[in-house]
Amino acid sequence: MSDSPSLRTPSQRIAWTATIIVSTLVFVFLIAPILAIMPLSFSSGSYLTYPLPGLSFRWYDDFISSPRWMNSLKNSMIIGVASTALSMVLGTTAALGLAQWKSRFKPLVLAFVLSPVVVPGVITAVGLYFFFAPIGLTGSYLGLILAHTALATPFVVITVGATLQSFDTNLARAAASLGASPLQAFRRVILPLILPGLASGALFAFATSFDEVVIVLFMAGPEQRTLPREMFSGIRENISPTITAAAVILTTVSVILLATLEGLRRRNERLKGSGA
Amino acid sequence: MTDALLTGADASTEVPLKRRLRRAERTRQLKALALVAPLLVFLLFTFAGPIAGMLWRAVDDREVRQVLPNTLAALAAWDGKDLPDENAYAALASDILAARASGTIAIAAKRLNYALNGFRTILTSTARNLKAEPERGTARETLGRINPAWRERTTWTTIKGAGGPLTSFYLLAALDLTRNVDGAIVAAPPDQAIYRSLFARTFIISLSVTVLCLILGFPVAYLLATLPPARSNLLMIFVLLPFWTSLLVRTCAWIVLLQSKGVVNDSLLWLGIVDEPLRLIYNRFGVCVAMTHVLLPFMILPLYSSMKAISPAYMRAAASLGAPPLTAFLRIYLPQTLPGIGAGSLLVFILALGYYITPALVGGAADQMISYFIALYTTETANWGLASALGAVLLLATVLLALVYGKLVQGQQVTGGMKN
Repeated sequence: MSDSPSLRTPSQRIAWTATIIVSTLVFVFLIAPILAIMPLSFSSGSYLTYPLPGLSFRWYDDFISSPRWMNSLKNSMIIGVASTALSMVLGTTAALGLAQWKSRFKPLVLAFVLSPVVVPGVITAVGLYFFFAPIGLTGSYLGLILAHTALATPFVVITVGATLQSFDTNLARAAASLGASPLQAFRRVILPLILPGLASGALFAFATSFDEVVIVLFMAGPEQRTLPREMFSGIRENISPTITAAAVILTTVSVILLATLEGLRRRNERLKGSGA
Repeated sequence: MTDALLTGADASTEVPLKRRLRRAERTRQLKALALVAPLLVFLLFTFAGPIAGMLWRAVDDREVRQVLPNTLAALAAWDGKDLPDENAYAALASDILAARASGTIAIAAKRLNYALNGFRTILTSTARNLKAEPERGTARETLGRINPAWRERTTWTTIKGAGGPLTSFYLLAALDLTRNVDGAIVAAPPDQAIYRSLFARTFIISLSVTVLCLILGFPVAYLLATLPPARSNLLMIFVLLPFWTSLLVRTCAWIVLLQSKGVVNDSLLWLGIVDEPLRLIYNRFGVCVAMTHVLLPFMILPLYSSMKAISPAYMRAAASLGAPPLTAFLRIYLPQTLPGIGAGSLLVFILALGYYITPALVGGAADQMISYFIALYTTETANWGLASALGAVLLLATVLLALVYGKLVQGQQVTGGMKN
């Protein structure tokens, strides 16, 4: 244990060992369930138990050939991409404004902008259900996109806002003094610098929409069911191995998002490191 | 700008300069506000408005008013001490006949049945048996003959109590309270008094999950904060991967693991630890395990950042001053992690309070939390007033806790997002 904290007494060594053992168990608790269901999706049998009778892609075939599952995947993508785009526009402009705005009301406005994250999903969903039904926005893509945008935008405001905080405003001034128009300065100087922040915000926004199920549960008609929504009814009715195939697909998307985000963070740290 | 500043010493140009600067600043602020405005308007439409609408439904009470307008007008002057006069009976008879013609009896019957069990039958039987407008002066007798309930004071106070346009009925019901025949607030009858125990259950489950998360999360956060960055970054993946994995996937995984023919029971049987499968899911145990799994990263991340900020020099100083390791930990290290413990615990507790999906899928009937009943009353029984009142209570609890949380993390950078 070369990297452990300075361990001088036996009791300290015991405490450190205990920390490692407990942490390992917690890591197993966190990861094992997610890993455990993956092999089941490749089972050739129809029971969700080990040992697997054999390996096959039949449940993935089932997923791909089922119009219900494929439609839900398509819906998740449509709603996810559209609400990400909308929340990027709204969130980025708001973050740019908040960075310059000085007022004693600013904390209040910020709390309001971030509140969709804290308010329980059921409350937002019930409120939207009452509010959108009379104007025909329940059972429509537009209604779901608007609702998911409201949930996703706080993450864009947070990530883009954090990036702007570390942004050196002198660079924008330098661009202006060298004759760049505000638009040119934004496009050629500011945008490339805050792009990693924007990308993180977009990933957060997409993940929020892609994972959301409570609002979809209340507002989606049969045509707009998303992948998590289809999984919800699948789990309720009867867990077939097709659900584990869907779970693997969802997890793969999560891993790709997480890896991209981690890559962006590393790149950012490297740039900061070389700049110092 | 530089020119202006240089000439600023000149008293005659100082005032215009100040004014010019102020004006420029004002324009800048207006521009900034204009950038924030679209999001504010958007959230007003897709978030604040809908929630305000839900809160409004918790006190809105216009159904009976719409169906029995004349009756309520006749009851306006009634003191509720005795049976109402003949006029009220006549007004009720004409209201019922009109409502039968327009098919709106059911609207009032549904609302009145919430307040007094059996009212639906009283109203529909009266509507069915009332052939025509009673002769002048015989309304009381006619209605009393059709249904003796019209000879009781409670029937009439119920109608008057549901007259709206605003009501405390649903909010009181959400707290297991009701109004008695004299309008005083009393405890609700035992068969309707289920919400306080529901709040208690929601509170207990959230608290158990928070404590479990703290017990499991503390050593992990300590390990991650103590190890050198190269290693802790690698181990952090074990926290971030579940954090980013879909809630549905994780809930589904626990069902697969814990069900009676699931992986855990199979292993226990195979190892000979148990003789028959244990009941691990669709009960409180399953709910707590699955929710702890989902919420654990929200505990670990704030704990980790508060521990990361503690300089190891403090512990070395304590040791050099002769403190035994345990004393140093309890007196020096632990107090510095308290903001992190507070932030993490509050965050987990707030998120747990509003949980819906996980208990709905892995809990039994006795493990459903407040969100489940809000959803149930909204979509299944369409008792929107009560759904909104329960929502209002949950929202109030969440907002109060979030304010405490905001105070706690003020100045601290909040890490991670929140999902439910």
